[in-house]
Amino acid sequence: MAHPPHGAPGSGPTQRNAELGTALLTLLFGGIVIYGSLLVGVGWSSDGPQAGFFPFYVGLVIAGCSIINLVQALRVDPTELFAEWGQMSQVLKVLIPATIYVILIPYLGIYVPSFLLITLFMIWLGKYGWPLTLAVAIGVPVFFFLTLERWFLIPLPKGPIEAMLGL
Amino acid sequence: MFDNFINLYHGFAIASDPFNILLMAVGILLGVIIGVLPGLGGANGVAILLPLTFSMSPTSAIILLTCIYWGALFGGAITSVLFNIPGEPWSVATTFDGHPMARNGKAGEALTAAFTSSFVGAFVAVIMITLIAPLVARFALQFGPAEKFAVYFLAFASFVGMSKEPPAKTIVSMMIGFALAAVGLDMVTGQLRLTFGSEELLNGFDFLIAVIGLFGIGEILLTMEEGLEFRGKAAKIDPKVVLKTWATLPRYWATSLRSCIIGCWMGITPAGATPASFMAYGIAKRVSKNGKNFGNGEIEGVIAPETAAHAAGTSAMLPMLALGVPGSPTAAVLLGGLLIWGLQPGPMLFVEQSEFVWGLIASMYLGNVVGLLLVLTTVPLFASILRIPFSIIAPVILVICAIGAYTVNNNVFDVLMMMVFGVLGYLLKKTSYPLAPLVLAIVLGDSAEEAFRQSLLGSGGSLGVFFSNPLVSTIMVLGLVAGLWPLISNAIGRFRVAQPA
Repeated sequence: MAHPPHGAPGSGPTQRNAELGTALLTLLFGGIVIYGSLLVGVGWSSDGPQAGFFPFYVGLVIAGCSIINLVQALRVDPTELFAEWGQMSQVLKVLIPATIYVILIPYLGIYVPSFLLITLFMIWLGKYGWPLTLAVAIGVPVFFFLTLERWFLIPLPKGPIEAMLGL
Repeated sequence: MFDNFINLYHGFAIASDPFNILLMAVGILLGVIIGVLPGLGGANGVAILLPLTFSMSPTSAIILLTCIYWGALFGGAITSVLFNIPGEPWSVATTFDGHPMARNGKAGEALTAAFTSSFVGAFVAVIMITLIAPLVARFALQFGPAEKFAVYFLAFASFVGMSKEPPAKTIVSMMIGFALAAVGLDMVTGQLRLTFGSEELLNGFDFLIAVIGLFGIGEILLTMEEGLEFRGKAAKIDPKVVLKTWATLPRYWATSLRSCIIGCWMGITPAGATPASFMAYGIAKRVSKNGKNFGNGEIEGVIAPETAAHAAGTSAMLPMLALGVPGSPTAAVLLGGLLIWGLQPGPMLFVEQSEFVWGLIASMYLGNVVGLLLVLTTVPLFASILRIPFSIIAPVILVICAIGAYTVNNNVFDVLMMMVFGVLGYLLKKTSYPLAPLVLAIVLGDSAEEAFRQSLLGSGGSLGVFFSNPLVSTIMVLGLVAGLWPLISNAIGRFRVAQPA
């Protein structure tokens, strides 16, 4: 797969920064868990351990091990790459449309966004012609409608367009 | 012992019901497709299809889902051999010799060897389950909360000790799972915790959503980054090649047997199929007289990892059924399924639901026979699925994941959570945090916490309860040894260097 022009090979976010970032993220998460546990009580009451007892220690272990990971991450070779920019943009090309797709589902149901997602991928990333694209983009949602809703009787989220069609 | 066979016989009567045989075939085919496609794997494939089985009888449902699991195990071998792309992590070791064989024009031999050894590994593991699982279950009936917690402790400690990743990362990953499992309503006190006033978090995190996100979406992002190039070898398996390969296989009985033992052991302790396959490959390479030729298309290099991976994948069911502690992420998802169908996994299952258990065990025998026949005859079909470009496959898999996440609780918020888990999965995988302990911890978190709190309640808060009798102490010590194994083996190594023999 060709890399986009701005992705000069050999540059990109470093593995070290990614490791540091992940360790900080887990440290933050550990802190949130500790805080949340303190809110509901971490000690003993008349009927045994309180609700926050177990998660409190879990949070402490997360925070402790995150600090170890943070120190370890500082020793990672600073020239090692997490991924090249070209690779990152490949990832974002999936991640951004997929995120928009997921955000649209509550409003439009699952069928219309699925159609849009498949169309976008095939036209933009796959460079396919319209006939094949439309066949797949319409075929897949219809397939799931027939198998899930008709055959297995599992309702999927539907939006205004399905309501208009009376489905 | 004898009543096991009577039970098994009844199990066969249930499993060989025509409808169940049909489900096996459907499951295996779906499983192979799942195993072949990037972004869909055993664990999240089963997670996505789990809601479809809610209306079935539990026995039929588990037959379908376990067969998907077997199919995924078979499917991983196809991509490894033909495309040098491991469809599943446990088939990485299969690429070392499988793909060179395909390049030398021996794709048929490599696939036949892979499928047959998978079958042998699984079969040995099922026999082991048949003989040992009831004994383990009977033994486990005496377990109190302290022993239960000790078993969980052993399971999670062996993750820390055996994983290739740094221990601190394994622990963080595992504890994140426990923390996520704790979110929501506390079953003991009825209090809400860690929800921070959010209504969406009231019910906590569903492990199925986490599995679909971590393994499904995360995998798609990884595949996208690598920029997939499919340059596969054509595959045709004709009966002559199959028979010729089968004739050579008995020569490698020692490798098979060794790999079976490694696989069964690694499957029961939740190290899982991936390390088992690497270990079996490494040992075969060291022991075999053709060891130097490993990596250039040695058939033994296909047999060893495939046998071990399947043996491990299958024996992961033993602790799940007998103790309620799954040995692999996929087994964890199946365990979640049991809970949803209203069955309590663990030793009581053998007493209360013996029909279900033995139907399942019998279906493992039949399912693997059906699987072997199906994959040998349908390889060209699956190889052609792999030629569908990723720009068509990727959005379709995304849609499947979204549908799967939604149908778990009919909640659109879950689909959003799936995306968050997906990004998290990508990040964690790239920074070598293992995902399996995270998933296992989400599934087992509540039971582990309950066992922990009940034990402490009994002892008035003293940790001494975990060393209060020989049984619980033994399990705890085993756990400590497993968890600290890297340190121990390091120390032994140093001791040896200091005192040359």
